Amino acid sequence: MTGGQAALLAMVVLPAVVGAGLSLSRRAEAASAPIAVATAVLTTALGVVAALARPTLAVPFVAGAEFALEVDALAALIVPMVTTVTLLVLVFAAGNIRSSRARFHGLMLVFAAAALTTAAAASLPALLFAWEIMGATSYALIGFWWREPHRVSAGLTAFITTRTADLGLYVAAGAALAGGAGMALADLPDAAAPWRDVLAAGILVAALGKAAQLPFSFWLSGAMNGPSPVSALLHSAAMVAMGGYLLLRMQPLLAATGWAGPAAAWIGVVTAVLLGAVALAQRELKQLLAASTVAQMGFVVLAAGVGAVSGGTAHLVAHAATKALLFLAAGAWLSALGTEKLHRLRGVARRWRLVGVTATVGALALAGIAPLSLWATKDAVLAGALEASPWLYAAGLLAAALSAAYAGKALWTVWRRGVPVQAQQGGTGKVGVLEQAPLVVLAVGAAVLGVLALPPLGPVLAEALGGHGGVSPLGLLVSAGLALAVLLALLHWRAPEPGWALHWLGLEAAAHAVVVRPAFTVAHALARFDDHVLDRAVHAVAGAVPRIARAAAQVDDRVLDPGIETTAAAAEATGRAAAQIDDAGIDATVEGVAARIRRLGQLARAPQTGAIHQYLFQAVAVLAIGVAAYSVYAVMG
Amino acid sequence: MLSTIVFLPLAAAAVLAAVPAIRPAAARWIWVTVSVAELVLIGVLWANYETPGANELAFEEQMPWIPGVGSSYHVGVDGLSLPLLAMTAVVFLACAVYAFRDNDRPRAQAALFLFLQGVSLGVFVAADLILFFVFFDLSIVGMYFVIAGWGHGSSARSALKFFLYTFLGSLSLLLGFIGLYVASTPHTFDIPELVAATPLDGNPLAGGLVLAAILVGLAVKTPTVPFHTWLPPAHTDAPATGSAVLAAVLLKMGTYGFVRIAMPMLPEAWRAWAWVIVAVGVVSVLYGAFVALAQTNLKRMIAYTSVNHMGYIVLALGAVGLVVDDAAQARSVAVTGAVTQMVSHGLITAALFLLAGVMQKRAGTYDMGSYGGLAGPAPRYAALFAIGAFASLGLPGFSGFIAEFQIFAGSVAVAPVTAIALLGILVTAALFLRALQRVFTGPTEGRSAGFADVRAEELWSVVPLLGLSVLIGVLPRVLLDVLGPASAALVGLVGR
Repeated sequence: MTGGQAALLAMVVLPAVVGAGLSLSRRAEAASAPIAVATAVLTTALGVVAALARPTLAVPFVAGAEFALEVDALAALIVPMVTTVTLLVLVFAAGNIRSSRARFHGLMLVFAAAALTTAAAASLPALLFAWEIMGATSYALIGFWWREPHRVSAGLTAFITTRTADLGLYVAAGAALAGGAGMALADLPDAAAPWRDVLAAGILVAALGKAAQLPFSFWLSGAMNGPSPVSALLHSAAMVAMGGYLLLRMQPLLAATGWAGPAAAWIGVVTAVLLGAVALAQRELKQLLAASTVAQMGFVVLAAGVGAVSGGTAHLVAHAATKALLFLAAGAWLSALGTEKLHRLRGVARRWRLVGVTATVGALALAGIAPLSLWATKDAVLAGALEASPWLYAAGLLAAALSAAYAGKALWTVWRRGVPVQAQQGGTGKVGVLEQAPLVVLAVGAAVLGVLALPPLGPVLAEALGGHGGVSPLGLLVSAGLALAVLLALLHWRAPEPGWALHWLGLEAAAHAVVVRPAFTVAHALARFDDHVLDRAVHAVAGAVPRIARAAAQVDDRVLDPGIETTAAAAEATGRAAAQIDDAGIDATVEGVAARIRRLGQLARAPQTGAIHQYLFQAVAVLAIGVAAYSVYAVMG
Repeated sequence: MLSTIVFLPLAAAAVLAAVPAIRPAAARWIWVTVSVAELVLIGVLWANYETPGANELAFEEQMPWIPGVGSSYHVGVDGLSLPLLAMTAVVFLACAVYAFRDNDRPRAQAALFLFLQGVSLGVFVAADLILFFVFFDLSIVGMYFVIAGWGHGSSARSALKFFLYTFLGSLSLLLGFIGLYVASTPHTFDIPELVAATPLDGNPLAGGLVLAAILVGLAVKTPTVPFHTWLPPAHTDAPATGSAVLAAVLLKMGTYGFVRIAMPMLPEAWRAWAWVIVAVGVVSVLYGAFVALAQTNLKRMIAYTSVNHMGYIVLALGAVGLVVDDAAQARSVAVTGAVTQMVSHGLITAALFLLAGVMQKRAGTYDMGSYGGLAGPAPRYAALFAIGAFASLGLPGFSGFIAEFQIFAGSVAVAPVTAIALLGILVTAALFLRALQRVFTGPTEGRSAGFADVRAEELWSVVPLLGLSVLIGVLPRVLLDVLGPASAALVGLVGR
């Protein structure tokens, strides 16, 4: 095993083992945060080594497929992103999470291990393995405060919704086996049609589910019930981001089918527009950020659909820094003030200046203001969209304008002058150092990561990842101007709040009406059928057996037994008559015969007990004798 | 070696039953010691195991028994039976540990469970149909007494229902065996000989009828829909250890019968009826999952998930009969998944039933609505149950994923329509998460108040089961290196 392979293996195993240990331990409560941060530091270092060494690692796993990991050019960008954001979020959590720390940090590390495995997965079993563990840990993290039922419900919704989409990967595994190209991700585009189309469809559905694209978006709204650091990791750099990442990785497969690319592009851009409107309509900061995450992930999905892999990757990385920053800032305010209602956050940026300034950098980046990161990366995606279709480009611009609008709405609220906000019940009134430090690092990232999409780095990235590195100056100018215009307009007119989008387009209600309720109806109907029809039928059949037995017993008593009794009586009478004629010897013999016959009659009655299991034993005995007789016959003959 | 493994617990059971002077403590120690010895013996067996050739057995022993009907005492193992032997020994040891503080007639209990262990191991090593049948039926008798003697609720009724139903099923099985015997020349009950001869090939009518008799017999024991209605009451009223053995070991005798008897001896009939078997599997998967979703009694719910999990096995084994060009690899993947599922379900469901038993011991009810926020007073219990639930719903990292991934990859590749059974893993996930939520989360209320957390013997009976599930889930080669060649051989036998 080379050093690079060892680093790759350790990068995955270390956080998994430490995390599992922490979450099950009951003694590590006080030490858990330092242990977790130290583990994250080591993992980050290992991730950097792996990104530089580009190792591959494959071991035999299930029948017909390996567990393969590989850090290629794409993973070399994503792996350090995941480890760095994990580290920063854990530092924040060390200051922010105050109870059940061991469980929290343990689950976060297990989650990080799963996300890193997903990023490095090179075969379908490895991908699905990590993919579903991500889902399960996200369930445990969203429902972290388990005494409150609505939070656990939200975790359940997230897990079931994403698992519904995950079924696509199971189907894809079957298609890979049938398509003859094997289960290595890189080989999937070579699968034979129509299996290749099944593969593409399965992977597309699974990725859309994780990335919370339409129609799966609603689970992310509920996921905001988790602690803020959870949102900062799961819904910026991992989990949701992994959905977009998978499509970027599988772009050759999408392109090979001919239809999957355009499908992904349109689903992505429609999600970006509609969820942009949803974000604009929200009245709570974390809900706004969640909807914005879905919308921004729409750009990544669009990028995968139109083949702008390098642009999409740059957008993914820049968005991870930006959104982790904003979720952490929201978390800091939430802990300090005990509320996340936007109208209660009025002027909050003025109260904690460092949080306010860094969050502003993040919000301006999200709005697409030049020269901050998302301005350039989004434009790299839009340049790809313009090549594919002007309509896609137009829709993308609309989504960009909406990003500026919802980011502006949040900014306007937190900087607004007025009555200073007061801490609500449960608010601590403080933002600690550990909570502030990560914000600075992330703000730098949110500001400068746009270089990934601009010359001279952009073309290099495009060379390594695929897609084209060209962003036209005109396009950049249009994007920058649009974002600025929308922001300035918001200063004059208040942001519109489209009421139809407040409840996330009614997607969850629709899922309940169309899927959940019918499923329960079917379940209850089948359970009733099982109890009242199937089981009763078995009982009816079984009940018939004693009835038949009773009937047989009656025949026995009324017909056979009297017959025997009569015979006996007749014999007795005959005997008595004979006794009158013959001597005592003959008489005794006759009496003996009669007694034996009576005994036979009693014996014949004995088996008719009415007890069903005894009848069965008799049946077996008869069967066994029959078998033996037949066997003898068969052997002889 | 194999005879020692089978007869050691039987001998111990006989001693325990015959000597009333054995004190309860001694009886418990004998039970645990013999179970440990069994596990060690099977470990030695595993360590010395070398994959035998196609239709050959390792550690074979043969002695004349009933020569008149061509039946001998013939035992042996291969890659399909060795994992089940090991799983059986682990589950019985877990039961011995779990019952270590049980004061209800410990001597009789130990004797009965050791008897059950012996006959169960006997089923998995039998290489003769009569021997198989004898052990198969004795296991039913043993389980009848476990449920009737140590159960709760209407246990006498449930035990009788279990006994009659599965016993009738075994008669059907016997009928099928006789059919195979009659058709073979020279007449024999020897399993390898019958596999080599495939006596009913070229006779679709008789082959179909014999297969039908065997399938009905095995379907009752497995159980598949619609022969499953004995299972929920038997589980609900059985003691925790009885449920664990019933689900983990006795159900496997049904599915093991498919791979040991029905498929290799009647390959032509199996292929001819493969679609019917696939359909029964798919229906069992979906029906079991949906009915489980509607349950309010935790133990009944787990019982119905067994119908669902056994459905995956039947589905995969049916798919093996669908001979498609170039699909030998996919079919081998499906068989490997099916046998992995047998082991996996044994480990996980035994753990879940033992954990469910804790509820009955503490609060006297399995009704999920009677609990709430149980994670507060019993955090370790909650953690164990959550791990068991995630293992059962097929989460990666546990053996269930390895099983279901291979089952679905193989089955979907051979017969894409089987993808609808994937709904089963979704419904299972939903029902386990709902159960977790209802029982363990929220404010602590109802019977949860004062619920004592797991004790040492409860902890250490369940942890090894779940630990092995994780081992197989993370390093599946431990199991698949033994299982894989046997699966490929079986695919070859069915494809003849």
